[in-house]
This record gives sequence, C-alpha cells and structure tokens, in this order.
Amino acid sequence: MKKLAQRNYYGKALAKLAETREDVVVIDADLAGSTKTSEFRKVAPERFVEAGIAEQDMIGVAAGLAASGKTVFASTFAVFATGRCWEQIRLGCAYPKLNVKIVSTHCGISVGADGASHQALEDISIMRSLPNMTVISPADAYEAYAATLALADCKGPCYMRLGRADVPVLFDEDVGFEIGRARRMRSGSDVSLIGTGQMVSLCLDAADMLESEGISADVINMSTIKPLDGAAVMESVSKTGCAVTAEEHSVIGGLGSAVAELLSENMPAPVVRIGTRDTFGESGDPDQLFRKYGLTAEDIAAAARKSISMRE
Amino acid sequence: MPLSPAELKRKADLLRLHVIEMTTAAGSGHPGGSLSAADLMAVLYFRVMRHDPGNPAWEDRDRFVLSKGHVAPVLYAALAESGYFPTEELLTLRKLGSRLQGHPVRGKLPGVEMSTGSLGQGLSMSCGIALAGKMDGRDYNVYCLLGDGELQSGQNYEAMMFASAKGLDNLIAFVDRNRLQIEGDTEKVMPLDPLPDKWLAFGWDVFEVDGHNIEQIIGAIEEAKRSESPSVIIMNTVKGKGVSFMENQAGFHGRACKPEEYEQAVRELKEALE
Repeated sequence: MKKLAQRNYYGKALAKLAETREDVVVIDADLAGSTKTSEFRKVAPERFVEAGIAEQDMIGVAAGLAASGKTVFASTFAVFATGRCWEQIRLGCAYPKLNVKIVSTHCGISVGADGASHQALEDISIMRSLPNMTVISPADAYEAYAATLALADCKGPCYMRLGRADVPVLFDEDVGFEIGRARRMRSGSDVSLIGTGQMVSLCLDAADMLESEGISADVINMSTIKPLDGAAVMESVSKTGCAVTAEEHSVIGGLGSAVAELLSENMPAPVVRIGTRDTFGESGDPDQLFRKYGLTAEDIAAAARKSISMRE
Repeated sequence: MPLSPAELKRKADLLRLHVIEMTTAAGSGHPGGSLSAADLMAVLYFRVMRHDPGNPAWEDRDRFVLSKGHVAPVLYAALAESGYFPTEELLTLRKLGSRLQGHPVRGKLPGVEMSTGSLGQGLSMSCGIALAGKMDGRDYNVYCLLGDGELQSGQNYEAMMFASAKGLDNLIAFVDRNRLQIEGDTEKVMPLDPLPDKWLAFGWDVFEVDGHNIEQIIGAIEEAKRSESPSVIIMNTVKGKGVSFMENQAGFHGRACKPEEYEQAVRELKEALE
C-alpha cells in the first residue's frame, strides 16, 4: 500500500499558498525542517517568520499578524503547539476569533522513539474545549493537502493535527476537503466505525476482518472533530445501533468523547472508544506502540464485537 | 492643534474621574493601575497617536495594545473621550451585556485592538502587529502598555528578543513602574530591578521618565520614534495617582471605592480639574 507523510503535503500546500495568497504568513518555532513549513519559506521567505523556541510568543505574534489582516499558519510539534501555549491560543486567537491556523505535526504515539514528552495524546481534547475553535485531523496526506487549502479559505481560529510518519494513502490526489463534513469510506449495517487521522485506515482494515466473520461495518472518516458532523454520526448509528471510535489520542476528550456526548444526548447507543487509556506513551517503534497501547485493527475489530454485544 | 501639556494634564484628570465613577458604579475593577497610567493615556490618545474614532479600522492608524488589561477602565475612558462611543456608556462597565467587559475584548468595542487581561501576552501581540506593518510597508506605530508586575512573566522576554531580532523600530513599549502588585512591593514579591538593564540586554532603546510629567512623556516618545530599535519608556509612577488615600496603596489594585471614599475621590479630582 502506498504511504505518504501528511506533513510533507502540508508543506506542498503551503508552497502553493505562498504563490497564490499574498495574505498568508507562516510562523514556526525552530522546527521548519520537520513541520515542512520550510517549503513555504523557499517560495516566500519574506512572509516566513522564525519565532525561535518560544511558542507562547509565536502565538501572540500570530494573533497580532492576524489582527492586521494576515492569514497566519503557526506550526510546531503538537505537544508544543497546543500545550505550551494553550492559554495564549485561548486569549489571543480563540476569544477574538482571529484568523490563526495552528497546524501541528508529530501528533500521537506514532512519533515513536522520541517518547512520551513528544507524543501529543491530549491535543484534540484541549483544543476542542476552546470556544470558536475548529479541530481537524485528516486521514491521509492528500486529505492533509486539501485541508490546508480549506483552512486558508475559512475565517477564524483552527487547529489541525498531522502525523510525522508515512501513513497509508486512502484518497486520490485531487480529493477535496469540506470542513465539518465527514466522509463515509465504506457502507455497512452492523456497527459504525468512526475514525480520525491515520486510524481511519485501520478502521478499514478492521472492517475487512469483520467482514470475514459476517459483520458489516459502516466506516466513517471524521476528519473534522469540531464542529462534529453529528448528522453523519446519527445517520450511521440509526442504521447500526452501535459504534466504535478510533483515534491516536487519549480516550479522554477527543473524538470518542465527542461522539459519545452527541449520542448520549440524542440517540443513546453503545460507544466503545479506541485510544490511549489515560496513560502517557513511551519510546518504541510505532508498530510496537500501537500494539502495546491497543490501537491496532485487531483492537478496533474486538471493540466492534463488544459494541455489537452491548447493543444486543 | 495639538493639546498643550496643561490641557493634557487636565485630560488625564478627567480620565481619572471617569475611572473612579466607572469602578464605583461597577463595584469592582482596578482603579490603582488605571490612575497611574492616566497621564500616558492622555498623551497617547490626545496628542501622539494617529487615529480616527470615526474610522477605527483605518489601516494606517497607530495601534495601542493594553497588555495590562485589568486597567481597562482608563482605556475605555480614553476611547470614550476620544469619541469612539458615548461617555454615558462608561457606567455600564462590568455589567451584563455591556461592551465594556472587565478586561478589553477585541471586536466588542471600537478602538480595542486586542483581547487582553491575562498578563504577559500583549507585547507578543504588539510584535505581530508591528511586523505586519513592516511587511505591508505601512508607517504606523504600535504602542504597548505593560504593568511592571507583569514583567515577571517569561513570555515578555521572548517578545523582547523577537522585537529586536526583527528590527521592530515601530514598536514602543511603556512600563507603568508603580512598584506595586497585588501582594505588595514588586521588589519583595519578585524583584524586577535593575529593570532598564533587562531591556538593554535584549537590544531595546530604554528611556526613563516621571510618568506623571507630561512633557517628559512626550519628549521620550518623540525620541523613541526616532530610534532604530524597539524602544521602551519606563514610567516611574504612583499607583492610585491623583486620589490622596489611594496613592501607593496596593489595596486599591483591584477594588473599587466605598461610598464615602468615592465622595472624597471625586471631590479631589474635581478640585484638580477646576
């Protein structure tokens, strides 16, 4: 299966925006080579801002630039982009609804060997809780490219998380992106598998496994976590009656929480959440870590069986 | 015709009177640091800044960022006296539904450039606005008012580094050096001295003035505008300036006057205005 890194396509999209959008400014905190904002710098160095290892200042500067009419992309690793400067994002960007797009790379446990200090497993949760904030987690590299262009076209504060590693390609190169709209990846009637980020690919693998057991899975790519496409969730669950959520993130406050909140208030149904269970990660190969922390396609399939059994 | 120093002094006392009336009507707020900053606010809004209350979105306007957002009352008073909104609205401060929130909110009230109130962030925001001015070839200046206590926050030093690295000579910061914060003397809570040295070390031009001397404030701003570096004007001030029983009292950092205190404060300020 073809694999590509989301961050590389973020860089390509920024390079395109450098040519097409005079109002776009990119700011980074000493990680341009890793986040791939370096691709923008190559094309428009006069609109690239190096903030140094000073993420709180980076966000404040981004807010000031946005208040002056710029569309600002601010990037660094997910832990630092959200955790180090959460309150700067809250006051400077979210509260006044400024046009700052915080795009992080190196989200989740697939960061691997660097260990828990660098594995953001809480970023969706803490960003989702901010009023006015849009939260996006694309499923593959092409969707990351399209989502970057969509971010440039939307007004207001947004957060997008991207991975470091190469992940399976699920879409064609010309895939579009509509913020707030989920995509059905596969139709089924027995259980809804709702994934985000690279977990969508694993949901599809799980659906294959389940199919061999005669279980038909409805697979949804929830690439926008906020605003959640509630209609898509309810349409699927009204058919299946039970759901599994899958995210490379803590089960606390992320996609699983969002789906459970929606269903419990509107259409109570079993929801089994795949994600890290209130724990930090550790060093290791991504594959080893996915197995140890219960994030594999087998884990998703087992969760589907559990969700179905709770419905019955 | 720009206002004379004597007229600006009067404006400052008028702002002080508004601050007392507003915070007393609200029953809360931060009068102490509002009073210490009143002279600067008068100089900025009625003499130095290029702005048009009829066109708050004017792209070439000078920008003012209130990093010490808790002294919103003196900013609101300056905006109302400038004509951004009716002075009658000042008495809605901190009330439900008011545009005059406890701390300034961008987009809520014309003339408020950034949302502030959580300390230590305004200088970074100001850097962003100043940098945008450079990118766009605009000649506006950015003025940022900081509290002294807030300089205990590390983000300020990130911003200081940033401003000099990017050559933001269109940025002028002010420190309201009233030497008092909630827990008392800044030098006992967490010492800031030698304060000028800190800014100098980060590549800023540093000026020090009596923050209640209108001529000195104007003179320092004129010099700072000519500087080829970002500049800071450290204003030695008296917290609670202009109301005898509030002067140098940390207790008035975050509480309003009681009724009998209010009578006396208004009497003193009206005497100053006569």
